[in-house]
Amino acid sequence: MVEHGIHATQAVVTLDVALPGIIWGWMITLNMWAKSVGTGVILVGAFLLYRHKKEAMPNLRWMMPLISFIFLNIFLLFTLTDLHQPYRMINIFLHPHWTSAITVGAWMASLFTGLITLMMVIGFFDAHPDARKHGACAKAAREHSALYEKIFPFVVFLAVPVTLYTAIIMAESTARELWQAPTEVMQMMWAALLAGSAGLIFVSGSWSKESRKDLALVLAIATFFSFMMYMGEYFFSFKSAEAEATLAYVHSGGEYNAEFWFGMVLGFIIPFFLAVKNMKEDNKTLLRFAAILALVGLYLVKDVWLKIPQMLPLS
Amino acid sequence: MKLGFLVDLNLCMGCKGCEVACKVENEVPLGSWRLRVKYIDIGTFPDTSRSFTPLRCNHCESAPCERICPVSALHYLENGIVNVDNSRCIGCAGCMMACPYGAIYMDPETNTADKCTYCAHRVESGMMPACVVICPVQANIFGDIDDDTSHISQYIMEHQGAVQVRKPEKHTSPKHFYVGGGNQTLNPLAQQRLEGYSLFNNITHLEHVGDPHHGVIDRFLAPFAGHEHLDNKSFMDFENKAHESHEEEGGH
Repeated sequence: MVEHGIHATQAVVTLDVALPGIIWGWMITLNMWAKSVGTGVILVGAFLLYRHKKEAMPNLRWMMPLISFIFLNIFLLFTLTDLHQPYRMINIFLHPHWTSAITVGAWMASLFTGLITLMMVIGFFDAHPDARKHGACAKAAREHSALYEKIFPFVVFLAVPVTLYTAIIMAESTARELWQAPTEVMQMMWAALLAGSAGLIFVSGSWSKESRKDLALVLAIATFFSFMMYMGEYFFSFKSAEAEATLAYVHSGGEYNAEFWFGMVLGFIIPFFLAVKNMKEDNKTLLRFAAILALVGLYLVKDVWLKIPQMLPLS
Repeated sequence: MKLGFLVDLNLCMGCKGCEVACKVENEVPLGSWRLRVKYIDIGTFPDTSRSFTPLRCNHCESAPCERICPVSALHYLENGIVNVDNSRCIGCAGCMMACPYGAIYMDPETNTADKCTYCAHRVESGMMPACVVICPVQANIFGDIDDDTSHISQYIMEHQGAVQVRKPEKHTSPKHFYVGGGNQTLNPLAQQRLEGYSLFNNITHLEHVGDPHHGVIDRFLAPFAGHEHLDNKSFMDFENKAHESHEEEGGH
């Protein structure tokens, strides 16, 4: 029968070398996830400071840079650890190649982390007047307290390209067509807003109801648009043959299909409804639960999106 | 001068001489390839044919690997070769993500990116690449495509309309051409890759990228602890089970 033979008229690879498997694995997923939190808390923090008085969020001034500092360091640690020659990371600064988004990103992220460290030190010693009263560092930080407000606008401005440069790395990864979509930029931005609002929710216990309501609003909007963008990628086929073949790893079932849908439900759908509900009734526990789910789900979705394009044979 | 490569697939008989010559000339470790010859079977028995496609770096004029490399370890030479300086490489694998032809590998001995350089060291001395010299049927043609009188330029002119490059839609301007190729031989999406099935072995995917004996911690300790002596035997892994998991994941 001809229809049984159609398959066989296609080419079959009968001898080839072993192909590399997944090259950028969980460490890169963790790297992107942690960066989303690190920059997201600054972006969402800036939004809250624009909307509310500082007194409504008493610990924001030092907790915001502290959370950012911790997650940026997780991001930098796993960036370094994923290198096969970690000590040569210094070459990015000694021999920079400026067409590479990796180079530009490394410089911006380093500067951003430096400024965040400064803000964290000033913010902490201002918030804790009794801590290390006679220490030189604490004294200097308190003396230059006004510096915090001066550098903050620049830090907020810098948080945007630091959030987005990973999307440019994806765009430069010409071999992985799934990452070539312009929506990648918006996915990174929504991920940062989602992770940033989720991160700040954990320290918002003492804040005013209105500011917590705004946090829930940002979380709801970010989860909604993240979900919509992934659904667009999943269902619409206005894309290249390679990107379609890549998505087949999700469409055809299996572990990546399960991970993707777990991410969608845990990370976006449930937190969206919890956040919307929380805008009416201020329930701190429920909001924290939504934040945890959103962060777990975001990791799962990022993991799928990172790995499946690497499974496609390139040659 | 702009050096280019052309393979006439009508002449290639799949002897893998070029593959072996490349390995020997460049001391490429087991489990890694700068140049490989892929066998592709087309048709149903008894009306079947087998084609052989040598695959190597395309030395693109607009090379994505050069663009993404954060430290210029991948760089252009004046003759158009995309060269790699593995003493500068940081091992980020960005180039492996960028190369649309899967031509770059992580060398398990040096833990740095490596690939075909058109035997730049031989070319510098006025010699041909090792794979060109070894080919018994002269299917590999190498030379200056800027020079209209060169063998490769004349070969391209003689086969106008039949000269192809891989993935032209990527706008990389490859300097590696094929004569006698078709969609089924040059487009990996047009080929079925049956996991766990091959003529002589069932190893379809590498379990590791780079040195299999160096975990994350070892990468940091390596300069102090000294590198464990590696020989070809240490890269042989007949218990590779990677293909089993990919069987479930794939469908391609």
